[in-house]
Amino acid sequence: MANIESKALQAKEKEEVTSHAEQTKSGVVFTPAVDIFETDKEITLLADMPGVTSKALNIDLHENTLTLDGDVNSPERDDELEVMREYRTGKYYRQFTLSQVIDQSKIDAVLKDGVLRLRLPKVEAATPRKITVKS
Amino acid sequence: MLLRRLYEWPARNMTSAFEELESMKRQMDLLTQGLTRGLLREPTSGVFPLVNVTEDKNNYYIRAELPGLKADDIDISVTVDTLSISGEKRLPVEEENARYHRSEREGGKFSRIISLPSPVNTGKVEAGSADGILTVVLPKAEEAKPKQISVKVS
Repeated sequence: MANIESKALQAKEKEEVTSHAEQTKSGVVFTPAVDIFETDKEITLLADMPGVTSKALNIDLHENTLTLDGDVNSPERDDELEVMREYRTGKYYRQFTLSQVIDQSKIDAVLKDGVLRLRLPKVEAATPRKITVKS
Repeated sequence: MLLRRLYEWPARNMTSAFEELESMKRQMDLLTQGLTRGLLREPTSGVFPLVNVTEDKNNYYIRAELPGLKADDIDISVTVDTLSISGEKRLPVEEENARYHRSEREGGKFSRIISLPSPVNTGKVEAGSADGILTVVLPKAEEAKPKQISVKVS
């Protein structure tokens, strides 16, 4: 019986946003890693945004553009001295263009353990209907 | 002296001039990469998870970004001079007929040992996880704390 072992997780550096409107606050901005998949009923977006709390997360939907904007506070206190730094802390920002088929009034967002799960239900008319072929 | 020169050229068993040029090109690429990438990147161990270590007078603080992991999913153990973090990042199984547009998040097992700069008091180590960030507080062992030495006037 095949025993599928999980492969070892690789360390990856966070993607920094290169072109972005200038921020009012200084700091580095990262692009969160996302998974986007769809079923017949809805599209789901999962984004890794560690360090972002629900209060600090702004989800904006404006003319079919979905914007994720999560602010992250530097967890180190001022009196802590750096011994080793392998990753930087910064806010997360990413934009997506949504297709017309989303029912924008029914969007659901849950932020847990630094992962955002955004459910975008499709408009009724857009759920695929099977068309039977008559012979 | 003539014999020595014959031995050293062409370099390392290369048969054609092009091979030598290729090898030089590769070495130049490595050199420039080392200059630019090395400057811009932080040095890392390359092992997941990447950690930041800070300290103050009494403690070491080790932080790691582990989105999607709850406190129960993370195994932490400590010895006097090392901290070990391991676990598995599981991506929840979604519906069977889900069609993916993007798949950038990764899951899998991880296990990492971090050497501590000086001994810690293993009995008093605390670890907490909030919003996908793991913070481990390691109180320094008494011998490792800096002691003020007063300078006597003789």
